[in-house]
Amino acid sequence: MTKKITFISEEEAHTEAIASSLADIVQAGDVITLTGELGVGKTHFTKGLAKGLGITERVTSPTFTIVKEYEGRFPLYHLDVYRLEHSDEDIGFDEYFYGDGVAVIEWAQFIEAFLPEEYLSITIERTGDTAREITVEAVGKKYEPYIEKLEEALGRFGK
Amino acid sequence: MEKDYIILGIETSCDETAAAIVKNGKEILANVVSSQIKKHAQFGGVVPEIASRQHTEQITYVLEEAFRQANCTWDDIDAIAVTEGPGLIGALLVGISAAKALAFAKKKPLINVHHIAGHIYANRLIEEFEFPLLALIVSGGHTELIIMRDHGEYERIGETLDDAAGEAFDKVARTLELPYPGGPHIDRLSEKAEASIDFPRAWLDEESFDFSFSGLKSAVINYVHNEKQRGNEIDKAQVAASFQASVVDVLTEKTYRAAKRYDVKQVIVAGGVAANNGLRKRITEKFKNTDIPVYFPPLELCTDNAAMIAAAGSILYEKGRFAAWDLNGKAALPLT
Repeated sequence: MTKKITFISEEEAHTEAIASSLADIVQAGDVITLTGELGVGKTHFTKGLAKGLGITERVTSPTFTIVKEYEGRFPLYHLDVYRLEHSDEDIGFDEYFYGDGVAVIEWAQFIEAFLPEEYLSITIERTGDTAREITVEAVGKKYEPYIEKLEEALGRFGK
Repeated sequence: MEKDYIILGIETSCDETAAAIVKNGKEILANVVSSQIKKHAQFGGVVPEIASRQHTEQITYVLEEAFRQANCTWDDIDAIAVTEGPGLIGALLVGISAAKALAFAKKKPLINVHHIAGHIYANRLIEEFEFPLLALIVSGGHTELIIMRDHGEYERIGETLDDAAGEAFDKVARTLELPYPGGPHIDRLSEKAEASIDFPRAWLDEESFDFSFSGLKSAVINYVHNEKQRGNEIDKAQVAASFQASVVDVLTEKTYRAAKRYDVKQVIVAGGVAANNGLRKRITEKFKNTDIPVYFPPLELCTDNAAMIAAAGSILYEKGRFAAWDLNGKAALPLT
């Protein structure tokens, strides 16, 4: 089974469209990590996902408060652990990773020890001023079917 | 109120563990913030941490120090005000649990305070309010314009659609490899160069009092990236000055327009970014030829502190608006 797929996004609107399609596939209890350098569009991706989940509230950066929660078809927990880079503290991650919603974690590499065994890893790479390559990878069997569903839904953005 | 009254304030919504004692909503008897104590090496210079562990360790020391500085006992305290939200839930709960336990044990009324109301009321410790007033709140977590027509009444007329201004400062600083928190470094570097790079300014539509700093952040990152690709040396001072000019332009212009539109009698700038010299200069300059006075709280009242929570709580005390025992921390809390 395919474990990994890469999409080409020429602009922010594409990134949001890709994320919005992912919203049709994810389920309550899922954990998604978002990796990529500063300003690459991680929060934009989350905005797209939120839209796809039927969230009408404005999604803003959670960097300062670390966690923001939104109500959609099910809750979206938007975490940004950027400020936990030099900390080893558990701020109650389990409530978000094993809760009733989808957890999206920016800068997840800073809290690797607290991540569940299985999660969906999304890496955004900068290929131009607005162009990005978005790689979605299943970490653990649970997420492998997601890759195929994404391929079906998003063939047009395929690399 | 005819009789003097004294409020104990507690604030733990983010990085700082803080306690303060304020008389009649205006006079600071004590204002203790954990990071300041650390500077005096009582805690061995631990790096400030975000989460609850640090707050739990420090809350009792901070409270004791506040009573010591104010030369007060529990008999002098009329009520306890505590930050209810918004903030990091684990951090908020430390302050709220302490406030509840103390209020119960010492038989004092408990008052719940909104963190942003606190930032606004920091100014009342310096200057009495005149309504209607306009408050610009700029910090690492917030960028908002708020109109107040009376004590305890807030109308938010604008907010950031993506990143807070202070967050943009921190992230640009990281891109320029400056230490955290980046705001003061960018401010200092800005004085050494001209704002010669034309970074975007997000005005949004003409009528809007909302802000957006995500595009600016990306433009700075793209600029630095592209210059590096070309093998050019980055002039950090020039990038810092140009970035800061963009943020300051938008904050100043929108504040000015809002002040005119709502015909306010006072403008208050609060939050950590209110400490920025470039912003202070520009806003002061812009309002110089108007009859609207602009107030910036002193530095120790700009950043998170508990005196501002006691000050905002004082208004609720006067109105007799107290919290119930089931008071809980709220990560997201609208200012109403």
